[in-house]
Amino acid sequence: MPTHTPVTPGRATARPGGPARARRGSTGNDWRRRAEVALLVLPALALFLTFVLVPMVQAAYYSLFNWNGLEALDDFIGFGNYSLALGDPVFRDAIGHNLLIVVLSILIQLPLGLGIALLLNRDIRGRGVLRTLIFVPYVLAEVVAGVIWLLMLQPNGVVDEAMASVGLGGLRQLWLGDPDVVLFTLMVVLTWKYVGFAIILFLAGLQGVPQELHEAAALDGASWWQTQWNITIPLLGPTIRIWVFLSMIGSLQLFDMVWIMTGGGPANASSTMVTYLISQGFERFRFGYGSAVAVILFAVSFLLAITYQQLVMRRDTAPTSGRVR
Amino acid sequence: MSATDQRPDTRASDGHRSGGGPAGTLDRAPRRRLGVSTVAVYLVAAVVTVATLAPVVYAVLGAFRSTGQITADPVGLPDPWISDNYVAVLTSDTFWRQALNSTVVATLTTVIAVGLGVMAAYALSRYQFRGREALYTFFTLGLLFPLTVAILPLFLLLRQMQLTDTTLGVALPQAAFALPMTVVILRPFLRALPDELEDAALVDGCGRLGFFWRIALPLSGPGLITVGVLAFVQSWNAYLLPLLVLGSPDAYTLPLGVATFSTQYTQDTAAVLAFTSLAMVPALVFFLLAQRRIVGGLTGAVKG
Repeated sequence: MPTHTPVTPGRATARPGGPARARRGSTGNDWRRRAEVALLVLPALALFLTFVLVPMVQAAYYSLFNWNGLEALDDFIGFGNYSLALGDPVFRDAIGHNLLIVVLSILIQLPLGLGIALLLNRDIRGRGVLRTLIFVPYVLAEVVAGVIWLLMLQPNGVVDEAMASVGLGGLRQLWLGDPDVVLFTLMVVLTWKYVGFAIILFLAGLQGVPQELHEAAALDGASWWQTQWNITIPLLGPTIRIWVFLSMIGSLQLFDMVWIMTGGGPANASSTMVTYLISQGFERFRFGYGSAVAVILFAVSFLLAITYQQLVMRRDTAPTSGRVR
Repeated sequence: MSATDQRPDTRASDGHRSGGGPAGTLDRAPRRRLGVSTVAVYLVAAVVTVATLAPVVYAVLGAFRSTGQITADPVGLPDPWISDNYVAVLTSDTFWRQALNSTVVATLTTVIAVGLGVMAAYALSRYQFRGREALYTFFTLGLLFPLTVAILPLFLLLRQMQLTDTTLGVALPQAAFALPMTVVILRPFLRALPDELEDAALVDGCGRLGFFWRIALPLSGPGLITVGVLAFVQSWNAYLLPLLVLGSPDAYTLPLGVATFSTQYTQDTAAVLAFTSLAMVPALVFFLLAQRRIVGGLTGAVKG
């Protein structure tokens, strides 16, 4: 992510020669500097290594064993867990669900979020309040949102009745109980929960689009829509591309909402890679197998991230387009 | 200072202009031209607001009804209004204990993540040492490591360290996974402090740790608040890690409490709605207070 600009050249060269660092030859000073760096960096590094990196590496290691997490780790089976996982139709379905959610999230939330952001970027009364309200679902805990929707979607619940009261009673469904419907129900809830994030991000990006361009375009006789399509949206490109990236990663990691609302059911119809991982690892104590699933999950996310970075986001991080701070 | 810091000002001036400031003339022409479509804009805004808030309103109002009322008429308003459900939750120890647990866990997570993160970010931005960029890249790679991938070994590790069922057992891993974002957001902040300032402090005999403590920290306040809010909200809402680490109900955080309560009282919709509604109050209040920071933080994370 282009959050940091690479070291500004002028500064990097100026530094070592600067007045305060002229005494570089003195070893006492050098040791002191090293000690300071160590003091500042080591606590964070230790925490990061212990709870992030080591477990990640361990997951890769455990994935090579048939292991329940309790007994001795001695049943080495190589890539057996991997072929088992990739051969399990339930897991393959879960990967498919994740990829479908990735695609649908982008197809639904991008136009919706962009449209709303463009509208809200205009001078309307109560814009600030509206922005705050739109962000509310995103701020709610997944569990809280999931439980509320679970209750709303129960048979003869408020969703069914509300639809009936506007004459759509015929469309009643087992929203979360029908394997053919459940994934699309989840998509609606996910859109509700996460589109606010897209809107806020786009609105933030829109602040970087100079007003003068709009005014110039308006003077040239461009319609509002032409201006948005030809000027605003292209200028919003970097923000949109980052949102797509974050959305993809989030869709692949989906767990809380699904676990609360369906538990991956019915009949695994709404399972995701992470719900599969948790049910295998923690409900069946298949730690080796679960680790293999975790590694596959990581590989899929990583591949997607790298591919996207290379194909789409590269131009945003190229030095020429980087903002100089 | 950084762009993150300036953004609220930009917004403020935007608002000012729409209020008819000196630049008002520039806005007036397009606005008049779009007179008809302005109605459409308000319409869309109204639809969006309703769609956004309906579930929340349903939960809050539903909890003022009885389960009987809800079953008989799912869409109706409370009639009569019943406060029993809310009273029952507010007078139960469970809710308050879980709220307290959540507060402690989230605070601890935030303090650890921000504290260690800003120290590392300071070293990574204002010291020259071998392997600096490599170390920074190493931290940023953490952005690609999701907690879910490490969850099984993490669970075993925490059990081995006897940290299951403890606040630290949740806070330490959460802080560790929040570190990359913290470092990535804070480094540009600290880097943006002028060299002259540091040199002046050094000449005055301040020392670089002194400069960090007395000058860099206070000056990066807005950045610290941003990363702090992000870490806090994330920890407050977290479900998976607490679910696995916290086995005893006494240690439950609010999300765990909501999940448990809703399975325990499946039949009592109104009671579940009351518990859930009250559980979202702290997050909403916190969000309203810190709203600008959350948005600013996201902006800062996206556009350097």
